[in-house]
Amino acid sequence: MNPLSRTCGGNITPRRLFEFMIDQDFTDSLLGKFKNLSKRHHEDCLTLDCDPSDISNLLSHLRDEETFDLMVDLTAIDHNESSETRFSVVMHLYSRIHRDYIRIHSPCKDNDSPTFPSVSDIFPAANRHEREAYDMFGITFENHPNLKRILMWDEYPHYPLRKDFPLAGIETPLPADDVVEVTNASVDPAPMMGGPFVSSTDGTMSDSEPRAKDESWTEEMEKPQ
Amino acid sequence: MSTKTVEINVGDVGARGADASAQADGQKMALNVGPSHPTTHGVLRLMMDLDGDVITRCEPVLGYLHRGDEKIAENMTYNQFVPYTDRLDYLSPLANNVAYAIAVERVAGIELPERCEAIRVLVCEMARISSHLLGMGVFGMDAGAWTPFMYTFTEREKLYTLFEELTGARFTTSYTRIGGVARDIPEGWLKRVSSFCDNLPKAIDEVEKLLTRNRIFIDRTEGIGEVSQEDAIAFGFTGPNLRASGVDLDLRKDKPYSGYEKYDFDVPIGTRGDCYDRYLVRIEEVRQSLRIIKQVIDNFPSGLWYAEDARKIFAPPKEKILTSMEELIQNFMIVTEGPQIPEGEVYFEAENPKGALGFYVVSKGGGVPYRLKIRAPSFCNLSILEKMVPGHMLSDITVILGSLDFVMGECDR
Repeated sequence: MNPLSRTCGGNITPRRLFEFMIDQDFTDSLLGKFKNLSKRHHEDCLTLDCDPSDISNLLSHLRDEETFDLMVDLTAIDHNESSETRFSVVMHLYSRIHRDYIRIHSPCKDNDSPTFPSVSDIFPAANRHEREAYDMFGITFENHPNLKRILMWDEYPHYPLRKDFPLAGIETPLPADDVVEVTNASVDPAPMMGGPFVSSTDGTMSDSEPRAKDESWTEEMEKPQ
Repeated sequence: MSTKTVEINVGDVGARGADASAQADGQKMALNVGPSHPTTHGVLRLMMDLDGDVITRCEPVLGYLHRGDEKIAENMTYNQFVPYTDRLDYLSPLANNVAYAIAVERVAGIELPERCEAIRVLVCEMARISSHLLGMGVFGMDAGAWTPFMYTFTEREKLYTLFEELTGARFTTSYTRIGGVARDIPEGWLKRVSSFCDNLPKAIDEVEKLLTRNRIFIDRTEGIGEVSQEDAIAFGFTGPNLRASGVDLDLRKDKPYSGYEKYDFDVPIGTRGDCYDRYLVRIEEVRQSLRIIKQVIDNFPSGLWYAEDARKIFAPPKEKILTSMEELIQNFMIVTEGPQIPEGEVYFEAENPKGALGFYVVSKGGGVPYRLKIRAPSFCNLSILEKMVPGHMLSDITVILGSLDFVMGECDR
């Protein structure tokens, strides 16, 4: 038995073991096997466009037959509200035999509440990446075993990496209800005007030196409206 | 002195143990470790269920150090983001700087001069040594051995002095720029690096004497936190943790960048994938890094430390800016509008001390990335906790977390 097949979860076509390069043959045979697959212009590694309905078949095939068994990354891109498909999911797989990556782009259905089939049953590594994409972009991964926020807190209402989310943030209630009851506190947007260092336009020369802008407000100094 | 042998009858120990476990009522206790706890090396929270001393469920909770680096990156120029990369894996900022710079340079298609690549390899390996020194020292401390930490920290201190001389900062170095490095190496610096490298093996030997054959250390780490090859690959392990599980994958060998193919070094591979293996792999990696550094210093190329033809990307040296109109304009454009990177997308992973640090850069032209995804090795390496930890004793948690050698700054981004 080939020692590598143990780690790849399936049998490797022997031919592939001796062809380390991802060449035209490789791409053509892949494009022949999957109808909803197309090649995209790329600079670093083979980049494919795949329909979400085919994604689990494609990934299983790549993992079991083509030795792409290491899912290094899964993320999403927000192509702006005005574009036809707003969100797409991007995956990077690595093969230790080919010593190369494959990138797969796949569009999400429905711009308002985007959905995508979960691939965490094929690659357990995708579990966390999908949770992150859900957290940051609000993409619902269907059949994900544990789809909840991972970096922001559970009750957070926004999706920070969407393009319409402002850099400073949005005023949001604190996660702890009991604290809010006593203090009335909330998560405020960061003071962004002028950046952290500003030069004042009036006063003497020494006043106009760039210095840190004091926008910290306390009980004594109220928040400027 | 004569020895006397006394026979004691202890009965059937196994049967008594089985009785005791049958009597246990099986009540579980929920226990929180962290987010602010010395073993979690940062702000990681573990929600666990305990059955006696045995952990039955472990759920890591992340995000306490989330700063939104990816959002910030979309709102500033490529060079402005370099200091933020220091704060990802803050134990090896130089390696992060290099990984980020190479990722953006791949989009721009810049070829770097040999000297720049050599400097980058040198600082990467120094960062690896500094990170592993800390990792090993703290790991020893987690397992109850205080002394090795003193040895490794003394050496790490010397490295930081060298970093300070090179970059002006000890901790947050921000050394690379898109298309080169911030400045050339100072005079006589290589000599000091090489004398550091001559003295380091002695310190590593001392640490090894204290840990590697230490009965207590072996008892605490051997067979604990075992990760099989299959699991390591399925859960996206990278770096020393992956190699400790017996997978031969080192991006410096398999996908060489920055001229790593020119240097001769070995990649240590573990057999069992337990905490002890992960420690051994790190020890050996330090020795191999020293080998690389020696080779770099022996054949240090002359030339420029930045890509001269990358005119819209790398700001020219200060003396040229102050004396020539062309360079002044060039500098002004790079500072105000950022380095002009063409349209394209590139995924680049560098073999960092903690694992493969990946940057996925999507550029739509101009000085600001459209999307920058940071693939953090600690984020992926920690994903196995849910599977690996159940079945271990509570006291093994410190050793397991110490051996995974993660950094929350990078995990939460």
